[in-house]
This record gives sequence, structure tokens and C-alpha cells, in this order.
Amino acid sequence: MKEKYIEDLKEIKEIMNRSTRFISLSGLSGVSTGIIALAGVYIAYQTFFKKQDYLVYDATNLSNEGISHLLLIALGTLILAIASAFFFTKRKTKNRNESLWNNTIKELIFNLIIPLTTGGLLCLMLLLKGFIGILPSLTLIFYGLALINSSKNTFPEIRSLGLIEIIVGLLAFQFIEYGLIFWAFGFGFIQITYGLIVQKKYK
Amino acid sequence: MKDVFKNLDKAFENRIRLGIMAVLMVNQNVDFNMLKEILAVTDGNLASHLKSLEKSKYISYKKEFLERKPNTNYNATISGKNAFKKHINAIEQLLKK
Repeated sequence: MKEKYIEDLKEIKEIMNRSTRFISLSGLSGVSTGIIALAGVYIAYQTFFKKQDYLVYDATNLSNEGISHLLLIALGTLILAIASAFFFTKRKTKNRNESLWNNTIKELIFNLIIPLTTGGLLCLMLLLKGFIGILPSLTLIFYGLALINSSKNTFPEIRSLGLIEIIVGLLAFQFIEYGLIFWAFGFGFIQITYGLIVQKKYK
Repeated sequence: MKDVFKNLDKAFENRIRLGIMAVLMVNQNVDFNMLKEILAVTDGNLASHLKSLEKSKYISYKKEFLERKPNTNYNATISGKNAFKKHINAIEQLLKK
């Protein structure tokens, strides 16, 4: 009799988790987005940051051509990253026989999009005004906030990932001349590490 | 001991009904297909348990049309939520003994 109730409680907890958390998020999508981020930062370094010292607190004079180049790299990285995350997650939902479009994922995306769009628009405005140096820091911080905001809709690990990204973002502001290195560390290394942890834990 | 059993709710004796309530405790406006997917049960089975929970007034439903297809959304009522909490408390009390 007692076992039945223990089972009941366990199942209730499991159902509540399953129905509010999107656990088909693939760890591999973390790994792939991390690798794409590293490629993006490498290209940005080769084409811009190597030539001139943009990693300062002041606004720098950037040619229109320079801005459009940088935007192109950022946009390319973003699109590739989203596409790869979508690909691996879709594959996993197929394996688990779960639909990709349900209330949980809608809420997950909604909670991600608000801080991300806010941060994205702010960074765009700062870029157009020449404040390039603080962008690595701000993108990390807003990404971290977005992760924390959506962590209740997916793996609990996403919360600590968000916290780390925020800390790395703050460090990137303090030590602004190493901004790109922190950026590569946060979006590349940390992201890949977490992807592997999630992949191993929730296979 | 008898008191504790008295607090257990007959409506939740069944696993599927317990599962339906668990989903509706933490989600709003859940449609039939989502319930089916989460609980991994057949249409007929789910429908009959939903009906019995409706009868006890533990859940409510709203019918609407989504792209011309009928779609039913379920919610837990306040009395349903209270009954569920009471049931869980009773189980916890029982397990403490």
C-alpha cells in the first residue's frame, strides 16, 4: 500500500516536470552553437580587431563599411547558431516522439526572446554609435539573463549556465581589452562544456 | 490512521486521473492532444477520465475552434486544486507514519 503512494508521488513529480520543462533541448545544439560562436569570433578578430584597437570604453570611428561587415558576421553567426540548435533539437524530439511545437516550448522561446531582443537592439544602437568595446560584455550579460529567464522551462542546468555567462560578461566589461577572449570563452568554451554535460545527463 | 484515509480523495485513486490533475496543477489551458501526449494514454481512456473529473467539478473545459477544427482546453478548478492539495497532503501524512 505504501509503495503505491510513493510511486504516485514520484509519478506526479515526474509529470509536472515533463509537462512544464522542454527536455528535448539537445545538448549537441549547445556544442554546435559554441563551435559556431568560436568561428564567428575568429573571423571578427581577423577582419577587425587585429587591425585596430576597438576594445575600449569610448566610441570609436568605424566606417560604414566596417559596421556592415561586423553586422554581417554577427548575423551570419546568429543564423547558423539558431539553425544548428533547431536541427539537433528537432532530431531529438523526433527520437523521443515529442512534438516540437507545444505550450512549453512556446513559453521557453517567449521567455528567451524578451531579454535577447532587448539586448540585441541595445547592442545594435551602441554599435551604430561606435561603442564596440562594450558589446562583448553586453551580449554575454543579456544572453545570461535570457537563459535564467527561461530556465524554468527546461533543464535546471540552464540557470547556472546563465549565471556563469553573466559573470563572464561583467569580467569582459572590467577587463575590456580582453573582451573578445571573454566572449569566446563564454559563448564558445562554456557553451560547449554545458552542451556536453546536458547531452551526457539527459541522453 | 482512519482520519488519514478519510482525507484521501476517491477521485484520484486512478493513476490517469492523478496524472491529469498533476498536469493541470502546473499548466493552464491544456488541450486534449497535449494531455494525451504527456500521459501516453488512448483517446477513449483519457476522455472517460476527463469526464469523471468534470463530473466532480475538479476540472473545467472550454471549447473553441482552431483553424476550423474543434479544440478543447482543460483547466483545473479552484475546488479541484484544493482537493488535489488535500490528497497529496494526506498521502504525505500517511507515508510519515
